[in-house]
Amino acid sequence: MREVAIIGAGMIPFGRRDQDTLLDMLAYASLKALDDAGLGDKSVDAVYVANMGAGMLQHQTAIASALVDRLSLLPAAADAIENGPASGASAIKNGLLAVASGYYNLVLVAGGEKMREVTGWKATDFVATMTHPEVEYPYGITLPGMAGMFTRLYMEKYGVTREQLVDVAIKNQKMGALNPYAHVEMAITKEGIMDSRDAVVNNPVAADPLHLYDLCPVSDGAAAVILCPLDLAKKIAPKTPVLVAGFGQATDTHTLQERDDPTELKAVQLAAQQAFERAKLKPADMDVAELHDAFTILEIAESEQVGFFKKGEGGKAASAGKTGLGGQIPINMSGGLKARGHPVGATGVAQVVEVVFQLRHELEKNRQVKDAKNGFTINFGGFGNNVVAFVLRRVEA
Amino acid sequence: MAIDMELESVLRAPEVPQAKYPPKVITLANGKKMVVREASREDVPTLLNAVRPTVSIERDYYDIVGARLYAELLGWYRYRVRNEYCLVGQVDGFLVGIVNGRMMNEKVGISLHTLAIDRGLRVGSHLFASKMEHHIETLGNEEVWIVAESPIGFRRWMIEYGLELMPTVQHELGGATAYRLTKKLYYDTKARLVVGERPVPKKLLDEAMAEIKIADEKTIAEKIAGVKGR
Repeated sequence: MREVAIIGAGMIPFGRRDQDTLLDMLAYASLKALDDAGLGDKSVDAVYVANMGAGMLQHQTAIASALVDRLSLLPAAADAIENGPASGASAIKNGLLAVASGYYNLVLVAGGEKMREVTGWKATDFVATMTHPEVEYPYGITLPGMAGMFTRLYMEKYGVTREQLVDVAIKNQKMGALNPYAHVEMAITKEGIMDSRDAVVNNPVAADPLHLYDLCPVSDGAAAVILCPLDLAKKIAPKTPVLVAGFGQATDTHTLQERDDPTELKAVQLAAQQAFERAKLKPADMDVAELHDAFTILEIAESEQVGFFKKGEGGKAASAGKTGLGGQIPINMSGGLKARGHPVGATGVAQVVEVVFQLRHELEKNRQVKDAKNGFTINFGGFGNNVVAFVLRRVEA
Repeated sequence: MAIDMELESVLRAPEVPQAKYPPKVITLANGKKMVVREASREDVPTLLNAVRPTVSIERDYYDIVGARLYAELLGWYRYRVRNEYCLVGQVDGFLVGIVNGRMMNEKVGISLHTLAIDRGLRVGSHLFASKMEHHIETLGNEEVWIVAESPIGFRRWMIEYGLELMPTVQHELGGATAYRLTKKLYYDTKARLVVGERPVPKKLLDEAMAEIKIADEKTIAEKIAGVKGR
C-alpha cells in the first residue's frame, strides 16, 4: 500500500445559497481544491462525490458523473457515495484506498448538500430517513429527538450539565464567527441563551433537554480535497502536503434500543482506535480535532469516546476551556457543525479541509492552533451507526 | 407637497386615542440589548428608507411583507389608516425590526406585518410578541386577528401560539386564512413567548429615542438574503 497525501483543499462558504445549484456548489469547491493543488489543466484519474439527499431533495441522481462533465474532467472515473451524514469521510476513505492501492494517482473527492431548498421540517424528515424504517421512523423519531434522549441519559449517567452544553455552543459559535466559511457567524453569550429571562424565547427547548443553540443549522455547502501518493505529492504539491496517516471506520446497530448501553458510542471508539493504530499515534499526540457536533452533546461524548478525556470528563473539560484555542486539545476551531453548518454530504470533507488548513498553518491567528502537526476528524453517520475517523499529519519539508 | 387642509378633514381617517406602548428592553442571544418602543408618525420617512430595499427581496416573502408594510406605514404617515401604530426594535440605536398593527375597534386588534432586518436572533419573534402584548395589555383588545404571509410567519404565529382558526372571517389583508389570538391564549402562552424588562435603563432608551439609525441598502439586503442570511 502506498502512503497517501492531501495536496489540495477547498470549500465554499456554507449557508443559504439560494442562487446555486448543488452541482454549482460541488464545482466551485472542486475548482478551489484543484487550484489549491496547482493542477491547472491536468485532469484527475477519479472523482468521488459525497452526497446524501440529491435524489430526494433535488430529484437528481448520478451527480458524480455530472460533476466530472461539468468540470471537463472526462473521462475520469466517477462514483457517488451515499453513507448518510458520514458520506463525506466515506468518500475520502474510498479515494484514499484507490490511491493507496496503486490503481489511481490523482483523485478528487468532493462533498456537497443543498438542504435549504426545502423547509426545515422537510430537511429534518429527510435526515430521519436513515433511522430504522420499521421500528423508528414510522413512530416519528428524528435525529434531534434521538439526541435529546441520548443527552438525558448522558446527563443522568455522567453528570453532564446544561451549562456544559451551553459552553460548547458558545465556544463553537465564537469560532464560527471567526471563520469566513461558517454558516453562522454570530457569537452568543451565556446571558443571552441561558441566564437572562429572555433566554426562554432566544433559546427555546428543541428536543428536551436540548435547546435551539444545542443544534446545528440546516445548511447548503460543499468542500473538496485532492489526494495523491505521498511520493508524487512531494514532487508536485505547491503547498505543504498533509499525510492521511490513518483512517478507521466502524458500524453499530441501526436502532438505538439494541445497544447494550446507548451512551456508549462504540463505532466512534472503534473508528478512532483504528485510525490511531494505523497512524501509530495516540489521542494525546493530536494538536487539533474536528468532531461531529451535530448536537453539543456529541462533541462532549465523542471527545471522551475517542480518548481525549475520560468518560464523564468531557463536559468539565469543555467548561474549563481545555477544548478551546490554546487548550489541551482544541476542538472544532472551524465552529464545527454547530456554527460552520452541516450540509450533510459536505461535512466529512469540510472537517478534513479545516484540518488541512490547520496543519498547513495558514489560518488567521485567532483560529490557528500554533505549530499544529497532527489532526483528527470524526464524521458520524446515523446516530453513531456508521463512523469514519482520520488522523492527518503535516509532512515537513 | 401642498396639502389642502379643508379636503384633508374629509380624507383623513378618524382616530380614537390609543394608549402608548411602554418601552422595554430584551437581551438577545448575542448579549446585545434590543429596545422595543413605539415609533412616532414622524419616524415614518426613516422607516420607509429601511423597508424600501426589502420590496425586491424574494427570499422568505420579504417582497410582499415589505411592499405591504411600506404601504401601511405610508398610509399611517398620510393619515389614511385608522388607529395604526408601529413598534420598532433597536440595537445600539440601529433598526433591527419593525411590527405594525391597528385597532379595528376596542374589542378587535388587527395584526398587520412583522419584518426582521437582523436575522437569526429571533428579533421577529420578540417583536411579534411585543405586538400581541400591546394589543392585549396596552390597548385592552379582547382578541387580535392575524394572517401569515410567509412559512416563517406561519411557524412563528399559528403554531407557536396555537392560534384559533377563523374560517368565516376575512382579515383585511385579504382572503388568506385568518386566525386569532384571544386574551386567554395570550396569557396561556405569555410565559414562554413574551419577555423583556421595564423600565428601560435611561442610557439605552435615550440612545434609541435620539435617532433610528438604519444600515445602508446593501447591508440590509445582505442581512436578509445573503449567504449568511438565515
